Amino acid sequence: MSRFRTPLKNVRGLGAAKTGTEHFVHQRLTATALVVLGLWFVWFVVSLVGADYLAAVDAVSKPWNAVLLVGFLVATFWHAQLGMQVVLEDYVHNSLLALALQVSVKFIAVLGAIVSIFAVARIALAG
Amino acid sequence: MSSRERPLSPHLQVYRWQVQMVTSILHRATGIALAAGALVLAGGLLALMLGPDSWACFTDMASAWYGKLFLFGWTWAFAYHLLNGIRHIVQDFAHGYSIGAFVRNSWLSIIGSLVITAIVWVVALNGGAA
Repeated sequence: MSRFRTPLKNVRGLGAAKTGTEHFVHQRLTATALVVLGLWFVWFVVSLVGADYLAAVDAVSKPWNAVLLVGFLVATFWHAQLGMQVVLEDYVHNSLLALALQVSVKFIAVLGAIVSIFAVARIALAG
Repeated sequence: MSSRERPLSPHLQVYRWQVQMVTSILHRATGIALAAGALVLAGGLLALMLGPDSWACFTDMASAWYGKLFLFGWTWAFAYHLLNGIRHIVQDFAHGYSIGAFVRNSWLSIIGSLVITAIVWVVALNGGAA
């Protein structure tokens, strides 16, 4: 069999799955980022308990907070999509339904990320 | 291909419950809950962007009993998924696979998540960290 394979195919070593370790690696990378960013986010929200509208806008407008918030949002929606993908792969076996759900999850995750990052950017850059 | 009913692999109901399967199931469940929570976060940021009225609407819902219940659940789901996720990353480096360590670390995830949730809410209910 091996003489029918191109050297590139052997180097990539992906086989019939057609993907390698990207999903695993990205899941762990975003998870590691979220350990730090998630703890920061919980502290950020708790520090805003009882804050009024202007205080909340002011907090999100602070450059470091806006930057960390966008980082948290990117990592969160990315990690959520990767996780939901695995859950659907495990439990939804009808290929058409599975395809529809996988595409929906990707679209919703990207939409959530775009909407929330746009909101942070608009709040942060308004003043 | 035979059309005869094939034996199914033994599934959840035939196993005695043990902490290893609880942490595994909870990691998935909290992950799904946190994915839904991320959409609520997007809604909250959108409300803050749209102005004082929509922000007031959002904070009114967040401080109602169902909002507090959701936030409490989110806190625990986050704390659990965080600690158990760290346990998984440690396992990715091939540590903690002996039965004793696995059981101990699983309980650490569960008990630790309750402790973190309690700390966050004691701080939050006493006026926040600021």
